[in-house]
Amino acid sequence: MNALLDSLVEIIRRTSAEIPDDVQRAILAGLEAEKKGTIAESAMKIIERNITLAKQKSQPICQDTGSVLFHVNAPVGFDQMMFEETARQAVTRATVSGYLRQNSVNSLTGVNDGTNVGPGAPSIHFHQHREPHLEIRLILKGGGCENVGAQYSLPNEKLKANRDLDGCRRVILDAVLQAQGKGCGPGILGVCIGGDRATGYEFSKHQFLRFIEDRNPQPELDALEQDILKTANELGIGPMGFGGKTTLLGVKIGAVNRVPASFFVSVSYMCWAYRRQGVRLGSGGEIAQWLY
Amino acid sequence: MIPLTAPFTEEKMRSLRVGDAVAISGVLFTGRDAVHKYLHEGGALPAGVTLLDGIIYHCGPVVLKDEKGDWKVTAAGPTTSIREEPYQGQIIRQFGLRGVIGKGGMGERTLQACKENGCVYLHAIGGAAQVLADCVTRVLNVYFLEEFGSPEAIWVLEVKDFPSVVTMDSHGRSLHQEVFAHSQAELAKHL
Ligand code: SF4
Repeated sequence: MNALLDSLVEIIRRTSAEIPDDVQRAILAGLEAEKKGTIAESAMKIIERNITLAKQKSQPICQDTGSVLFHVNAPVGFDQMMFEETARQAVTRATVSGYLRQNSVNSLTGVNDGTNVGPGAPSIHFHQHREPHLEIRLILKGGGCENVGAQYSLPNEKLKANRDLDGCRRVILDAVLQAQGKGCGPGILGVCIGGDRATGYEFSKHQFLRFIEDRNPQPELDALEQDILKTANELGIGPMGFGGKTTLLGVKIGAVNRVPASFFVSVSYMCWAYRRQGVRLGSGGEIAQWLY
Repeated sequence: MIPLTAPFTEEKMRSLRVGDAVAISGVLFTGRDAVHKYLHEGGALPAGVTLLDGIIYHCGPVVLKDEKGDWKVTAAGPTTSIREEPYQGQIIRQFGLRGVIGKGGMGERTLQACKENGCVYLHAIGGAAQVLADCVTRVLNVYFLEEFGSPEAIWVLEVKDFPSVVTMDSHGRSLHQEVFAHSQAELAKHL
């Protein structure tokens, strides 16, 4: 399966060096929105220049090349173990080539063996679909923005957040306030309402697979997404927390069932260096189509 | 942008105010967790190194050797500064630092040390690894490479027009505190 290996290395390279078009459009819109001559505008300009430079040089956009998160849609009967093995090889190769920084540390010993491969690394989520082809999406999730993610258990008395949509709104906006610019804003929120503690965060990250401009098919979630985006951008936090108009570039919210006793709202924060790409592979394992 | 060129004298640093965008030219010393802990615990600087009137940069750069055997910085964005809050104030006082570059801002103790010592905190653009690497014109030296590993070593970098913003000045102002207070008040109106 050499073609699969080559394709995976190329997906990693492109994800690390090239911001997807939808994100770039959102960043340009943010740059436009900032007042001329402000430090917020100058921050957005540097971000924009960095995106162009990284693409030209085929070098990582940000040196924290993040956690390597694969999402795979595979046909029935697909050999997942073979895929996992090939993905590990691809990650090792991409690291040698400098598309990924040596970024994976053994949590017990503190040792970084420089391969980016180890327990839980890379992380791979498989789903089956009734299609003959393989679809692979990749997110590189940086650490600085991961650190400002938050999970709330409702009700939350301090934030006056009850177990309803207004309560969700309150805690999500609190997450934006607490994050300020520390997650390298302007950011994108992925939110999951419901689930348990683990699946809540997992589904919040699934939201990052959506296009920034898409609209939520569920009217009440769509309204909440638009409202939080608008409100967050009125708080004056701005790029890098310098003050300004662009605090968030997008908000994506999903809901899954919960048990009656729990009500979690899980908020993942993605930095402006929103590295996410995807491909559909041809039958020989070659890249047939880019998805973003 | 205001040009900020070495030598970084107390007078120059005290003239800077929160919100000033500066382009730094001169020498920066990288230092992150290992270096701060080491210096805080009484470790000595390597012979020939002085941080007096110096600027420390919270950064773990990616540095490779080129064909000629010279060091070349390929990525040089800032790392989160708040992790050094337990150490920074003392290091500013003890070594006479004039500037700290990083991202995310720092706390009350660092702000106090900046005020007492004529030092400023400069916020670089997080994630802008390529733009900032391009500002590094030369790697002058590296210390503690063996002991701490490459990202944690002290890299002595010559930079030209390195962009950053003063977010904590030597007059007791912190943009981080101000933006937080403002955004908290705004949010209260929207709830
Ligand atoms: S939060 Fe994102 S942009 Fe900032 S340093 Fe981490 S990966 Fe890079």
